[in-house]
Amino acid sequence: MSLSAADVEKVALLARLILTPAELESMTAELGQIVTYVDQLAEVDTEGVEPMAHAVELHNVTKDDAVAASLSRDAALAGAPKHNDEGYLVPAVLGD
Amino acid sequence: MPDYTTIVGLEVHVQLATKSKLFCRCSTQFGAEPNTQTCPVCIGMPGSLPVMNREALDLALKTAVALNCTIPPLTKWDRKQYYYPDLPKGYQISQYDMPMSEHGHLEISDSKDRFESKKIRILRAHLEEDAGKSIHDEVAGRADSVIDLNRTGTPLLEIVSEPDMRSGLEARAYLDELKLLLTYIGVSDCNMQEGSLRVDANVNLHLDSGGEMIATPIVEIKNMNSFRAVERAIEYEAGRQYDVWQETGAKLGDSPKQTRGWDDAAGVTRGQRSKEESSDYRYFPDPDLVPVVFTKEEVAAATASLGEKPADLRGKLQSEHGLSAYDAEVLVNQGRDLLAYYLAAVDVAGDGKAVCNWVSQDVLRVLKEREEPIESFPIAASSLGKFVSKLKSGDLPSSRGRDVFDVMLDKKLSVDEAMHQLGIEEVDDSELETLCQQLLDANPKIVDDVRGGKQQAVGALIGQAKKRNPNADPGRVRQLCLDLIAKM
Repeated sequence: MSLSAADVEKVALLARLILTPAELESMTAELGQIVTYVDQLAEVDTEGVEPMAHAVELHNVTKDDAVAASLSRDAALAGAPKHNDEGYLVPAVLGD
Repeated sequence: MPDYTTIVGLEVHVQLATKSKLFCRCSTQFGAEPNTQTCPVCIGMPGSLPVMNREALDLALKTAVALNCTIPPLTKWDRKQYYYPDLPKGYQISQYDMPMSEHGHLEISDSKDRFESKKIRILRAHLEEDAGKSIHDEVAGRADSVIDLNRTGTPLLEIVSEPDMRSGLEARAYLDELKLLLTYIGVSDCNMQEGSLRVDANVNLHLDSGGEMIATPIVEIKNMNSFRAVERAIEYEAGRQYDVWQETGAKLGDSPKQTRGWDDAAGVTRGQRSKEESSDYRYFPDPDLVPVVFTKEEVAAATASLGEKPADLRGKLQSEHGLSAYDAEVLVNQGRDLLAYYLAAVDVAGDGKAVCNWVSQDVLRVLKEREEPIESFPIAASSLGKFVSKLKSGDLPSSRGRDVFDVMLDKKLSVDEAMHQLGIEEVDDSELETLCQQLLDANPKIVDDVRGGKQQAVGALIGQAKKRNPNADPGRVRQLCLDLIAKM
């Protein structure tokens, strides 16, 4: 399976990335190589092999429903590019 | 009347009643100061790892079996990727192709017979984490939105119905029944104001176009803040789609699914952004979380823990207590606490119908006026039961019932104390018989009328009897007078 420039543009949009025409061209080639590489897996004969939902053969790893300490608000907001001491500030969410 | 059928499917998100979040142990308590209930897991810090909340799994399982769903032996977690400022990880942990339950149903009915009872099929119910909250300060004209992540990671169960409803009314009945069921089994408080229950509706029309059955494009309606709003939005949207179809002839598949927001004040739906294609979410299994196995024993235990469901209780009130479908609905739909009050009163009174009349009329009226729950009602269930049994035996004349009830309510007295305070004593039959005889002797015309076949003539005597003795029971006076006339 090869990737088209349109595929890469779509994925870039979904990931909120802006690519220059030159970047789009090189990304299309590089991503295409990665996909082709992974495509080799399709050659493996999986006839009769049970599908698995997870790489680790574990299930039901749970904790009890007991509240534990949260971060202080200052600590939570510390890494934010912009905040007002109560909440994260982000560019206005419009058009919704 | 345009000839079309409205097709409605509902997606309901309910917050499960856990103390901590789905994948971390931050509190889910509503109303905390912004960003005081978060940790590296729920705000998506690199290197943090989610761990499932056992209670959330148990509550989800209980809900799923209550909705008659099939529980697959294995369920897993998937990442749903999208960008939005209130989603710090850039993906929501949800369930895609292996939901924890599927293929259930919920039965809806209307005691006023505005639609026929029907089973609404449930496609699936799956677990997922909630996103945060964006606060837009438009008034101040600020450029920034404020994000509060307290709610991020709160456990939600998304319950997706099949498109089996045919009107706003049916959709509302489904929501009422769903909320009642979930609060009866105690898995969610379903409080819409606090965001514990949210509804999106998918609506389109099936209509006959020159003998050919066609469907209009499906519209998803959001921003509905009450069940009444859901009902109104669906009715509005159906009419709007019909108008658009007449104008453009657009059919299902001609355009991508549209999202519209409900404007409650204006009573209209308005266009929002087009819904991204499902594949745009680029779901893939979450490698940080291992699958969940529900054993047959766990499913059986969850089923056994349900107790009686609202629909069962309505049937029981009709078959065991002789109530009408309407009365049974009124009592059961008030919730578990009111029903318990009713049943406790019936235990004492031994008359389901009579207790129902007092509860559904007087008790509910008072609770509504005072905006109080049944727990704080001044008349205890046993006390109401005794009151009804006294009315039934005739110890308390029915004409004085309301007076006694009001005194019991206002002064927090037992029925005996209230009757004593009102000076109501049982009038014994010999006293009453003497009174009736006197009245008959004084009113020969009435006696003649009754003998002539006009039984209702005796009514005039009841008023006179009450003037002489306010405690005289009207029914008893009437019967005694008729008996005496027959013997004359």
